[in-house]
Amino acid sequence: MIQFEQVCKRYPGGHQALNNLSFHMPHGDMRFLTGHSGAGKSTLLKLIMVMERANSGQVLVDGRNVSKLPARHIPELRRKVGVVFQNHQLLFDRSVFDNVALPLVIAGYGHRDIGRRVRAALDKVGLLDKERQNPITLSGGEQQRVGIARAVVNKPKLLLADEPTGNLDPQLSAEIMHLFEQFNQVGVTVLIATHDLSLIARMPYKLLSLRQGQLVSAGGSHE
Amino acid sequence: MSKSKQKGSGASKLPKRRLGQLQTPAKPSRRELSGAKTHRTRFSDQWQSYRSHHRQVAGESLRRLLKRPLATLMTTLVIAIAMVLPAGLYVGLNNVEAVSQGWDGAARLSVFLKFSVSDQDAQKLRQQLADRKDIASTEYISPSEALEEFRRRSGFGDVLDQLDSNPLPGVLVLSPTADNSSPEKIEALHDQLNALPQADLVKLDMEWLQRLNRITDISRRLTLALAAMLAAGVLLIVGNTIKLAIENRRDEILVVKLVGGTNAFVRRPFLYMGFWYGLFGGLLAWLLLASSLLWLSGPVKELAGLYNSSFSLLGLGVLDSLIMWASAAGLGLLGALLVVGRELRAIEPK
Repeated sequence: MIQFEQVCKRYPGGHQALNNLSFHMPHGDMRFLTGHSGAGKSTLLKLIMVMERANSGQVLVDGRNVSKLPARHIPELRRKVGVVFQNHQLLFDRSVFDNVALPLVIAGYGHRDIGRRVRAALDKVGLLDKERQNPITLSGGEQQRVGIARAVVNKPKLLLADEPTGNLDPQLSAEIMHLFEQFNQVGVTVLIATHDLSLIARMPYKLLSLRQGQLVSAGGSHE
Repeated sequence: MSKSKQKGSGASKLPKRRLGQLQTPAKPSRRELSGAKTHRTRFSDQWQSYRSHHRQVAGESLRRLLKRPLATLMTTLVIAIAMVLPAGLYVGLNNVEAVSQGWDGAARLSVFLKFSVSDQDAQKLRQQLADRKDIASTEYISPSEALEEFRRRSGFGDVLDQLDSNPLPGVLVLSPTADNSSPEKIEALHDQLNALPQADLVKLDMEWLQRLNRITDISRRLTLALAAMLAAGVLLIVGNTIKLAIENRRDEILVVKLVGGTNAFVRRPFLYMGFWYGLFGGLLAWLLLASSLLWLSGPVKELAGLYNSSFSLLGLGVLDSLIMWASAAGLGLLGALLVVGRELRAIEPK
């Protein structure tokens, strides 16, 4: 699903975010991406989303080399990838329903489809009763769940999350992680960047640990 | 999604503005969310949804404008004023042309007779000239008739009464036939008439008309130039307004781009916004122009009456109005187009 081949990413100014990074993550896998801040976790996710481009090497997503993807094909790629952000990236000028519906509206779904899918996604994250509310009235954990609902509403094959539990207490964090596990169990490939090692220590998934843009352990597995 | 999950959240609970689109015949997919398969939308569904999206975006940009009525009115007014100027000139020129239309081609020659020519001689001469094939009509205005008319029209009657004798000569007014109205033929006729022993002076009543026509031509070009400049102004106004609107919705644009919105999708609401601004500007300009014309029409009619003319002010016709609205909306759209591409490229999620 995701394959990095000798990827280097250097930001203007000289900071080497990723250094000759190679790894492969098969379909249906779930992994945690760990490392200190500045280790290159966010850069790695941004390369998959083509928010940044590699200086050298190849990034393959679902068999497609995205490091050279023409700009006009980027939206198509992003529709196949669900992303959850630490700061949710919700829009406070519209309801929860409309926030979650956004990827479907963009993808041109019929109206009925949108209604059903949005409700299914909201049901999954346990917020079906909040669809008419403005997300600003929700708690941090609820907002994050709206963000997750939006990420999965389009039924992506790949789900990325950048510090999804960054601002949440352990109880809520565990709930969020459990949600990700559920998506993985039905076949979604899940990659979660986090520095919350205590949270993932008990979970049986492989780790991708980055240090200064390089992989230090691919498979600190608890399996 | 399964039926049970839909319970209590059916169509009736949909947000209101969506109800209008419920007829969309999208075939419900039975796939579960948990299926995690990418769903392929059918082309007809996509077309349907594309159109309803357009409707929705058009309505939404309109609502956004109406939510801030004062700011919208200001921008609209600026656009309207920029449009009223050339449109007003255009209407004015149309009226000038309409006034001069009745005279066009009807070149008239006035033969001022010597004072020694009596009324009878003058009538005889008129008869001779009327028999000529190149002259369509003749009219004799005797000195006393001329005096009477002058008294009536000029308002100098009292002054005329002071005079011992009539200072006005008799005049023969001739119009050439249509095929003899070319400038060369009229020139020839003019020379022939000038050679008549009874004639004191022959005046061609056409020069001023030609001058007027040239002046209207020049004014038309000036109007076009002015319209072009003001159109550029409208483009800049709309462009700048849209630029601010884009800046205000930066967060939204970022999120839309992150979840796979194409540039066209991101652009659409702003293009509609430009369209609405232009259209409103055009309508307001039309309203301003129409009310000005209404306001002027009374006095113009009175003025025309003083010239014994039944002329009344021409307004904007249906076609002209439609052209005005369409070009206003087009200008708004173009103004938005010019800015949107550049601005939106600059907003990329980082």
